Amino acid sequence: MSLNIIVLAKQVPDTRNVGKDAMKEDGTINRAALPAIFNPEDLNALEQALRIKDENPGSKVTLLTMGLPRASEIIREAIFRGADAGIVLTDRALGGADTLATSYSLAQAVKKFGNYDIILGGRQAIDGDTAQVGPQIAEKLGIPQVTYAEEILGIKDGKVTVRRRLEHGVETVVAPLPCVVTVNGSAADCRPRNARRLMKYKYAVSPSEKSKLSAEDQAFVDARPYLNIEEWSAAYVDADPEQIGLAGSPTKVKAIENVVFTAKESRRLDNDDQQIEDLIKELITNHTIG
Amino acid sequence: MANFYTDNPDLKHHLNHPLMQKIVELKERNFSDAEKFDYAPRNFEDAMDNYDKVLEIVGYLCGGLIADNAEGVDHQGASCADGRAIYADGTVENLDACRKAGLMGMSMPRRFGGLNFPITPYIMAADIVSRADTGFENLWGLQDCAETIYEFADEDQKARFIPRVCEGETMSMDLTEPDAGSDLQSVMLKATQDEDGTWRLNGVKRFITNGDSDIHLVLARSEEGTKDGRGLSMFIYDKRDGGVNVRRIENKMGIKGSPTCELVYKNAKAELCGNRRLGLIKYVMALMNGARLGIAAQSVGVSELAYREALAYAKDRKQFGKAIIEFPAVAEMISVMKAKLDASRALLYECSRFVDMYKLYEDIAKERSLTADERAEMKHYSKLADALTPMAKGMGSEYCNQNAYDCIQVHGGSGFMKDYACERLYRDARITSIYEGTTQLQVVAAIRHVTTGTYKALIESYAAQEYKPELQALKDNLAAMTEQYVKAVETVTAVNDTAYTDFMARRMVEMAGNIIMGYLLLSDANRNESFVKSATVYNKLAQAEVAKHADFIANFNPAQLDFYKA
Repeated sequence: MSLNIIVLAKQVPDTRNVGKDAMKEDGTINRAALPAIFNPEDLNALEQALRIKDENPGSKVTLLTMGLPRASEIIREAIFRGADAGIVLTDRALGGADTLATSYSLAQAVKKFGNYDIILGGRQAIDGDTAQVGPQIAEKLGIPQVTYAEEILGIKDGKVTVRRRLEHGVETVVAPLPCVVTVNGSAADCRPRNARRLMKYKYAVSPSEKSKLSAEDQAFVDARPYLNIEEWSAAYVDADPEQIGLAGSPTKVKAIENVVFTAKESRRLDNDDQQIEDLIKELITNHTIG
Repeated sequence: MANFYTDNPDLKHHLNHPLMQKIVELKERNFSDAEKFDYAPRNFEDAMDNYDKVLEIVGYLCGGLIADNAEGVDHQGASCADGRAIYADGTVENLDACRKAGLMGMSMPRRFGGLNFPITPYIMAADIVSRADTGFENLWGLQDCAETIYEFADEDQKARFIPRVCEGETMSMDLTEPDAGSDLQSVMLKATQDEDGTWRLNGVKRFITNGDSDIHLVLARSEEGTKDGRGLSMFIYDKRDGGVNVRRIENKMGIKGSPTCELVYKNAKAELCGNRRLGLIKYVMALMNGARLGIAAQSVGVSELAYREALAYAKDRKQFGKAIIEFPAVAEMISVMKAKLDASRALLYECSRFVDMYKLYEDIAKERSLTADERAEMKHYSKLADALTPMAKGMGSEYCNQNAYDCIQVHGGSGFMKDYACERLYRDARITSIYEGTTQLQVVAAIRHVTTGTYKALIESYAAQEYKPELQALKDNLAAMTEQYVKAVETVTAVNDTAYTDFMARRMVEMAGNIIMGYLLLSDANRNESFVKSATVYNKLAQAEVAKHADFIANFNPAQLDFYKA
């Protein structure tokens, strides 16, 4: 059975290795100081998609991302690793979107894409850490969602079986297709780039990138349809201007504070279970751990 | 996560050598594949960009997964059950990742599913893989056996076997037997023909690296009643046909992830590769030359890791109130390690470029007749490759062992514990100067290039090149060393006694090696300032080594040879 698979991915600032210039004075992320990377859990989702494709020959994996035109970088990365195609949803009007506006915009793009069997995405992005976009897209499309997926165990008779990694154990669920599955970082790492695919697709470009190439290189890309990465605008996906970008985002950031960790006190515990248990409870209650 | 290609700018320096232009043009036949294959390069820059980007994949896998798995693989090792060799879990993961990354069959033509890379970037990948896991380099590097199928098998065999290697099936070369190690003329594995012409193999092979591979190249005695190398032929055994079992695997000191197998052939169906009787004298010789270059690369990879581990520890470890690297005795050790590493790497890539050049002409000669100039060039590079391969393998593997030794020394007592990578690489390093011909046998292969003057001519060609004025002092030293070398060779050959020449052979080969590597580093320093340090340190080391050997030869009375007889 061949399946049409969409992988939702995001290009994010690499917040895992933050230096002292990672935040601006006003408390927002200094994107210029952080390299833009493929959101790690979206790579886990891509691997699950590629495994579905391995199991179901003839399937097609399409990466869908919303962001700046340069997000075509992660489309190429996904194609080097095995994805078939990619779409960048990019438009100035989409800027400043919160999760509600983002999920609306992406849901519109999925509708425009049409015939799909399953949508995969990372659990959450490392810049916002909300884990809301995947589930919201499922709601807007009116299809089931499976979150915290660790492994897609198989697809059969129009149903997907998924093992979920939860706080206190694992759970195996079955969902009808089409559905949205968000994948955990504990899932299998994404496979590496493939040498042949890299050499074949390294010149793949989006229309905005192509416009900057020489006439000769443009002709080279034009002669090879597989080197063209699609770019979609808000209007192309029939998005309501009121529901996208800043206008469609009810979330407003009121204030951001820098958290400075300082050791204020030290306490000495005796080697007894009760004291340790009390401390753990206290640390959970004040959100230091857990 | 480290990338073992991008974190090492020396590699790109060697990849971008001026001779690559010619190599790439010959390899790509004026880029004619670009019309037929969507992953073929359009021009020289495109091809070089491909090598660079693919080596980045190699570096990514090696700096991450493969290096991370190395310790677990060493502890778990390969095992044997029910007649099969079983890889350690990490090895299985590594192979799977290399297959998915398309890093198998790198040098094979595109029409068979290969990447069509020249030998040089392929050898660079081997260098990188070895730094991550020396034993795994064997399994991955045995893809090189496909080269022998490509060169000598018929079209049908090429079409059936090479694409499988490019898809990731592994290979082995089944040569050694209990009574045929260095002396392969004594191989006894029996090849007989059924009435319908099918070949059958019967007998035992020993010490076979990756002996449970998918596709084997087997050296066997096809001519009944013969006793020497002229009765041996090369066969291809396909594991899918069955008939070969693993009786046991060796419990080795190092490279524990690479299963070394004893194989029992019971009426195993096989097919002849190439012509009868040429198995040893032509095909195995070619196979061994490729394998020796592979071991030279493996040695450089180990040297690299040894140097890095020692450097990191020496910077980190504090004694008497400062990092131990600040003590001259430690700093010198590390500088010399780097100089030996850089010298052996320079020789490795010089050799791989020469191999590329002559093999490319050989390959082109299958399509059209070469011009007189091309034939002369092929002959020239073939001779140089033949001269540098045993030197790169012999001296490179000795340097790798010395670096592994010094790496432990820098670690002091901690290095003797199992806690640091240095003890693993010390054990892994040891085999490099033994397999694919011991250092002593590399000297046997190299000595004729001392006596016939190949090395001298090569040294003279290096001396004739232009170098920056600030490198003149180093060049003068090399010229003085060359005089000592020439004199030593004259002294030895004047005695006109084979036994005496053999006795002095290693000394003379090493002198030539010291001078050649000295010039190669000079040339590297000429192109890239970052090599000035190693060029200088190696120059001092070479000066002392050459003087030592010259002194020994000058002061030796041939009559004293008897005292060295057992």
